Amino acid sequence: MATYLLRRLLIAIPSLLGISLILFTVLALAPGDPFSEMATNPNVPPEVREAIRASFGLNDPIMVRYLRWLGAMAQGDWGFSFASRINVDTLILQRVPTTLFVVGSSQILALCIALPVGIYAATRPYSVFDQIANTLAFVGFSLPTFFTGLLFILIFSVSLDWFPFVYRSDIAATGWRWYWEMFRQAIMPICVLGLFQAASYTRYVRSAVLDVIRLDYVTTARAKGLGEKTVTLRHITRNALIPVVTLVALQMPAVFGGAIVTEQIFRVPGIGSLLIDAILANDTPVIMAVTFVFACLVVIFNLIADVLYGWLDPRISFS
Amino acid sequence: MNEQDLRRLIANVKDGALSRRSFIQKVAAVGLAAPLANQMLAFNGVAMAQNATVEYKPTKAGGGGPLKILLWQAPTLLNPHFASGTKDQIASRIFFEPLAGWDKEGNLIPQLAAEIPSKTNGGLSADGKEVIWKIKQGVKWHDGKPLTADDVVFTWEYAADPATAAYTTGAYKDITVTKVDEHTVKIVFKEATPFWADAFVGVTGQILPKHHFGEYKGAKSREAPANLKPVGTGPYKFVDFKPGDIITAERFTDYHVKNQPHFDTLEVKGGGDAVSAARAVLQTGEFDYAWNLQVEDEVLKRMETGGRGKISAVVSGDIEFIILNPTDPWTEVDGERSSVKTKHPTLSDPKVREAINLLIDRDSVQKFIYGRGGIATASFVNEPKQFKSQKLKYEFSIDKANKILDDAGYKKGADGIREKDGKKLKYVFQTSINAPRQKTQAIIKQACQRAGIDLELKSVTASVFFSSDVANPDTYTKLYVDMEMYTTTQPQPDPERFLNQFTSWEVATKENKWLGRNVSRYSDPAADEAYKAAQKELDPVKRAALLIKVNEIFCEANIILPLLSRTRVAASVNNLTHDHSGWDVDTWNLAAWYRS
Repeated sequence: MATYLLRRLLIAIPSLLGISLILFTVLALAPGDPFSEMATNPNVPPEVREAIRASFGLNDPIMVRYLRWLGAMAQGDWGFSFASRINVDTLILQRVPTTLFVVGSSQILALCIALPVGIYAATRPYSVFDQIANTLAFVGFSLPTFFTGLLFILIFSVSLDWFPFVYRSDIAATGWRWYWEMFRQAIMPICVLGLFQAASYTRYVRSAVLDVIRLDYVTTARAKGLGEKTVTLRHITRNALIPVVTLVALQMPAVFGGAIVTEQIFRVPGIGSLLIDAILANDTPVIMAVTFVFACLVVIFNLIADVLYGWLDPRISFS
Repeated sequence: MNEQDLRRLIANVKDGALSRRSFIQKVAAVGLAAPLANQMLAFNGVAMAQNATVEYKPTKAGGGGPLKILLWQAPTLLNPHFASGTKDQIASRIFFEPLAGWDKEGNLIPQLAAEIPSKTNGGLSADGKEVIWKIKQGVKWHDGKPLTADDVVFTWEYAADPATAAYTTGAYKDITVTKVDEHTVKIVFKEATPFWADAFVGVTGQILPKHHFGEYKGAKSREAPANLKPVGTGPYKFVDFKPGDIITAERFTDYHVKNQPHFDTLEVKGGGDAVSAARAVLQTGEFDYAWNLQVEDEVLKRMETGGRGKISAVVSGDIEFIILNPTDPWTEVDGERSSVKTKHPTLSDPKVREAINLLIDRDSVQKFIYGRGGIATASFVNEPKQFKSQKLKYEFSIDKANKILDDAGYKKGADGIREKDGKKLKYVFQTSINAPRQKTQAIIKQACQRAGIDLELKSVTASVFFSSDVANPDTYTKLYVDMEMYTTTQPQPDPERFLNQFTSWEVATKENKWLGRNVSRYSDPAADEAYKAAQKELDPVKRAALLIKVNEIFCEANIILPLLSRTRVAASVNNLTHDHSGWDVDTWNLAAWYRS
């Protein structure tokens, strides 16, 4: 087990280096310029623009810039944002709590819907309930979040006037009122993300349960005279959920990464909207840092998913 | 009214024989706007009254509750001298103030200055090389320390230092500023400078506290804690800032204007897009104010029907225009296309350019696409009114265009496209990706088709089009096409610096990495001469005439085809009285906003 972990971690280093090199090169080759806004402004003379570019090291060759970035990163210096001129790590840490709250809650909501619905539908395949659940799941993951998001805004904010559609991280209230305001503003983005995720989880849970429900040990359990409830929960679900757990673990980077489109629509100040703003402003250090963090999360959670799988299912061995 | 009549009238005002107001009415009758009249009087030594631009009704400071502003581009920093975009300038203006700001008519209004320098109060020297600013007494920084001339002098040192990497450097690097006494500073220019209101004024002019930034001049500028926790003199005091998301502030109780500001707290939220920002103000009323709504007017009108909010549009120096390329974009000379050494096969013919100008239906573009967002025009400079050419007129006539092309010998071929000597009137027409622009392109293409001119429409994503990427052929300064359309901004209510894009020494070439501001590549010795004369001319009337001439030379040559003078559109809830200006940022007079 320990050798397996060590081997995986060692393999991760060259792959992360490769990812960072590719990211950096693509960003350097991509068109656009962090100072484009100055270009149309006659108040900023060209020589000033050039001087600022030079002082930010943008005129050096790509490889020199990459090695400088890598050296600084190795020492824990993530660089600073061209747009806000503050350190990138501070910027990212500011966004993490909101993203964890909104995207995390939506994942929990998704599981709360998907597990019971998926299991119940699988135990009664092709029943009316199963048909309805299947149809809704299809509709759910066919509708993109930007569409459901706008639909929610039009219905619940504009027409009914129930919820605000602008998410504010600083709510000027205390006590219960704060929780109530927080709930009101978070409910729409959480639902949009949660329902979308729930739709695909439901189908996953259903097929996983269907896979095990026909196995011999389930028949054995029934033959022993166990109640239907015990059979479903203790014998079927426990085994069916092993692939689902790995799926959720693989989804974790997305929880940290935020939901780019939904965050943009509801103005949720999470990591996803930070990335979008940085891309629009050609703020290379921020784009680089955020995408690199994503890459690390993907690598780490892949490892966690593998380890978790082996722990849950004793048939898997790491040697 | 000729120059002599004007001078006689001004003399009358000076002697007291004619009141200021009747002078303004008299000159208004002959088409001179109030700001010009005021400028003429100020130049001739008649003192100007301090004028507030919005009537402020509250009788005490505070008590207005919260004010919530929504910027659909989120502010990312709060140091006004690092602010590259309007969003950051708006945000930093809440906390910092300049000596004077620009109101919506282009008048200079004192903010931290006691008065606007003029010849009478001794603020302006006769040779145009010196300006003396008197600073308002009793102004306090948010931490209680007094504002003095040291802070103003320091702001110059800070911004002028190239190592600071301030975007405002341009306004400060060629001047020297000295302290005269505790509340007076003197600016010395190297040469006579008719437009002196640049340093310490408006967007570029915000004064920094020396006691917070003193140690962080030059290369250490990024480390200043005050970059993120601003201490200024503005009406609201800093509470919290999350870059790219939200700013919160509270009323500054020691603000230097009596009874201001009205609101107790202020919140500026950023992010999202313009349409949903308009919706949050006009339809749901979640926010009180949203800026820069570049949204089709029809959409805004539909949202306004709810009756919760209103739209306000103010004139600005933004001009949407088309360039006809007089050089050949399809032949490469010394490693660049559209080189000034080449001539366009057909667009170098003034008759063809004249015909194209007649094929632009500006009224329809305004009516059906921009609405309140733009005013059709034939002049490149439109605001302030004294700089607008009265001579330039536009017309839409397909028949006239056809006749001009017929007379010039361009015959229609079998495919309906005109040609002469085997050269066809086929052009590539480029602009940035933006829904109103694509619609405008389509309107122009249709009209050109009916005159036998074929346009191939091309649109480039804005982040590429407006970049200065030397390697990319699609940037607007490369002009590797026959025609292109975009908006350019005249930042101050004085077009001198703006019009340098019509001079021969600013032509964008490979040599200057296409950083030159004259994108059209056209030049005319007469325009160069008028421009140079205007740079030295201290008499505002003569100077305006010279600058108008520069504008007319390019528009009459049909190299520059102005379309619309753009307005700045903002939305506010019904009970909010606000004051935004096309010559300064939206929050320039935030202290005077109130709710009724």
